[in-house]
Amino acid sequence: MLKEGQVRIPAGCAISGIIDKKGNRFNGTDIIKSIALMHERSNGLGGGFAGYGIYPQYKDFFALHIFYDNNQIKAKTEEFLNEHFEIESAGNIPTRKVPSIKDKPLIWRYFVLPRIYKVRNLNMDEDEFTARCVIRINKEFGGAYVFSSGKNMGAFKGVGYPEDIGDFYMLENYEGYIWTAHGRFPTNTPGWWGGAHPFTMLDWSIVHNGEISSYDANRRFVEMYGYNCSLQTDTEVITYLLDLLVRKHKLPMEKALQVLVAPFWKNIENENSKKAKELKALRTVYSSALINGPFSILIGYEDGLIALNDRIKLRSMVSATKGSKVYFASEESAIRAICPEPENIYHPKGGEPVIVKLEAK
Amino acid sequence: MKKVYAFEKNCLGCGLCEVHCRTAHSKSKNIIKTYKKEKVDSAITIEEIEKNGVKTFFALQCRHCVEPKCVQACISGAMYKDENGIVRNIKEKCVGCLSCIMACPFGAIKQSVNGNIISKCDLCIENGNDPACVKNCPNNALKLLDLEEKNNS
Amino acid sequence: MSLNLVSDRFEVLRDQNKCIQCQVCVKQCSNEVHIYDKEDNVVLSDDSKCVCCHRCVAMCPTKAIKIRKNTLEFKENANWTGTAIDEIYRQAQTGGMLLSSMGNPKPFPIYWDKILLNASQVTNPSIDPLREPMETKVMIGRKPDKIEYDKNGNMITKIPPQIELNMPIMFSAMSYGSISKNAHEALARAAEKLGILYNTGEGGLHKDFYKYGKNTTVQVASGRFGVHLDYLNAGAAIEIKIGQGAKPGIGGHLPGIKVGPDVSATRMIPEGSDAISPAPHHDIYSIEDLRQLILSLKESTNYTKPVFVKIAAVHNVSAIASGIARAGADAIVIDGFRGGTGAAPTRVRDNVGIPIELALACVDQRLRDEGIRNHISIICAGSIRNSADIVKAIALGADAVYIASAALIAMGCHMCQSCSTGKCNWGIATQNPELVKRLNPDIAYERLINLLTAWNNEIKEMLGGMGINAIDSLRGNRLMLRGIGLNLKELEILGIKHAGE
Repeated sequence: MLKEGQVRIPAGCAISGIIDKKGNRFNGTDIIKSIALMHERSNGLGGGFAGYGIYPQYKDFFALHIFYDNNQIKAKTEEFLNEHFEIESAGNIPTRKVPSIKDKPLIWRYFVLPRIYKVRNLNMDEDEFTARCVIRINKEFGGAYVFSSGKNMGAFKGVGYPEDIGDFYMLENYEGYIWTAHGRFPTNTPGWWGGAHPFTMLDWSIVHNGEISSYDANRRFVEMYGYNCSLQTDTEVITYLLDLLVRKHKLPMEKALQVLVAPFWKNIENENSKKAKELKALRTVYSSALINGPFSILIGYEDGLIALNDRIKLRSMVSATKGSKVYFASEESAIRAICPEPENIYHPKGGEPVIVKLEAK
Repeated sequence: MKKVYAFEKNCLGCGLCEVHCRTAHSKSKNIIKTYKKEKVDSAITIEEIEKNGVKTFFALQCRHCVEPKCVQACISGAMYKDENGIVRNIKEKCVGCLSCIMACPFGAIKQSVNGNIISKCDLCIENGNDPACVKNCPNNALKLLDLEEKNNS
Repeated sequence: MSLNLVSDRFEVLRDQNKCIQCQVCVKQCSNEVHIYDKEDNVVLSDDSKCVCCHRCVAMCPTKAIKIRKNTLEFKENANWTGTAIDEIYRQAQTGGMLLSSMGNPKPFPIYWDKILLNASQVTNPSIDPLREPMETKVMIGRKPDKIEYDKNGNMITKIPPQIELNMPIMFSAMSYGSISKNAHEALARAAEKLGILYNTGEGGLHKDFYKYGKNTTVQVASGRFGVHLDYLNAGAAIEIKIGQGAKPGIGGHLPGIKVGPDVSATRMIPEGSDAISPAPHHDIYSIEDLRQLILSLKESTNYTKPVFVKIAAVHNVSAIASGIARAGADAIVIDGFRGGTGAAPTRVRDNVGIPIELALACVDQRLRDEGIRNHISIICAGSIRNSADIVKAIALGADAVYIASAALIAMGCHMCQSCSTGKCNWGIATQNPELVKRLNPDIAYERLINLLTAWNNEIKEMLGGMGINAIDSLRGNRLMLRGIGLNLKELEILGIKHAGE
């Protein structure tokens, strides 16, 4: 049977996300409880979390989370890491034994900074350098997979129900101001931990409920710019598109989102002429970045949390607030499980992003 | 009133209008039987004009004039203009004097193949005013229009 | 005088029980096949002249006529077929090159028919085009690498001129001269109504059609027929024709009998002279020359019109395409070996060039490998026969398709492949005024609109079935395709998996 990396697996699922706008940090218990409520939406073959603000003492270092199949590939990868980065601290990610979590790979974490002379020689900034190293490891080092590479944030994922994964990684010991979670219902049996959500690149993390019909059109576009869709799971391509549009092409975030869920042509015609001209130009230049198919996604990034639905709202997404916290989830019940009296409950419209920015960190 | 107008730039001179006019006015209404067993006139005729080696065709039929010369010329009262403006001929009253043929400035009336009477277009009045020539022209060269529509086309 | 050994290709069968001697067939056959014998009151036929265009069959009011392939048998021989033998007789008698029209009829593989499409189920809902918006609009032209904004959030990138098409289909180049003025009028009016473009071909633009300029692509071919400054500025886009799929490596050929006063004035050549375009453009002997021509065309039109470059699909089509993209073209047109023509040497038409499906897949992949696919639009041509071919072409990587033979068939063409005689009984590939009359532009343009509207609706159905609501998401989306009955190499070149994978 093909390993997950060799075949594309569509999946239906559950997502949940919490952000504290004021930057107050809280532990992973709530997010685990929220995703656990949506147990029926998963089938135990994948679960994961992303937390932001969880490494305050290492906040200026890139936190690399890596899976290894065995010690040999670990050694080889560490040699590569040493060559390219200064490693401030390294160790395996602490976990506890959970009976349903089996066949785990080696899970390691490194806090690193790119070696300055390397970065200068290649004439790029440290973000681009780190991104390229991550892509290279995932493409060329078979058996090693970097599944998180941001600063002061980290992804935690594996094969199992999300609440068991959360338990396994002891997320109650981490405190962050943004948490996202995902439970998978893939229609194939994956053998690999890398296939769970979230998918990350530097500070971007994406959890995704849906299936991207435009996947191959998006992939063949984004791969022209040096990215490699090594896992062939569709969520990966959204992450790279965002990284390309926002980090490399420096599009303002709202415009980048307008590229991903471009408004319909007939709606563009109804706008005033300056806006119509701009929307038309965006759609013309970035037509291959349009994401088609049903989806609701939560995007975590260094400035906050974004919720986005496809243009014709084929997947559920509910939002609510309470105090300085904003909640998103696939179901209202998942919000009520952790926030008994939520306010401002509403369903974001198809194609209209909800951007929640951090006011402080 | 609506009449049939011929557009020479689209007329191919194929003669299908003649075939279908005959068939529409036959007893059997079947093309093969009409041609093999009956003798029926065609009220529409293809005219051909050649100029500088190029041929132009158009289909000629009664113009159902506002002031029909044939009605004035008819000695037996067989020719008349009905309440809808269609110029009609009562076969039983026709004596075959051919005065109408001489009077018609368009040459749209002919001697019938069925004895000493004349034949001319009746705008398919017995087929629900749905002229067979218009329906069957393969190139839209014949159209049923009133004067205003014709001037706009 | 020696014997004519070439056998009749067709037999005319007339049911004398149905024939009413109306002589419509006699009047309508430009090849003078049907003869009326007045003495015996019977219509007879001279089979040797029949080209199987079906004009008489369609016009006969009693459907008394059938045309059949000549049943005269040669002794069975899979190698020396009747056709192969007749072709030698023909050349032995005339000493001339065999000339043919329309596209390659030989039984080479048709890859469109070996590719299957996906549909969404369960994990991904299909979309109903009757109830949800389904977008088939495409923008043809060069795109910048990215869009840049200034500090105040205003867009500062300038987008090069784009052609906005309501559907991913355009009418391909067919010159005035190879086809009639009425045919051009039908194409121009249909393009205007549909919101797409039609193409002048290498015959120049007739003065009566300047008013359809914003739906016209003006072509600059190697003979430069009809090319002057007003011509360039009249259209919405300019196309440099380097080659065409039917006859790669050879220029256009319009026999002198088709060059009457009007064609002569539009092409700027003497009446009655054969219009033979040179094989190469004599100012394009290498890729840098092409770049120079593209820039001069853009200079003369003030950089307001996109410039397309049309090439035939040949063996190194990917490398050529890459060169063209870097030479500054806004779109590249690839014409496969099944492309049609008014006249071409038979051997070139049937043996030179490669299928468009393979060429398109290679060019799209090559441009992506070089990271320049976004710079240029790809338009593919060379036998697009129906809307499924279009969906497959876009999934392989095309931005839009060109149709020509299909458009002519919509207007009445019966593929008798005798265009070069100038006696087209349907009024399409002729300049004889009596024959041209047979194509009524009012009727023909409606038929074209009907065809493309129907195809656009079919495209929307197939898109919806795949769970896509914008054609942008189909472009290059090869995972939506599966091959069937293809070998490993063909699958590899097409970049698709086999059905079942």
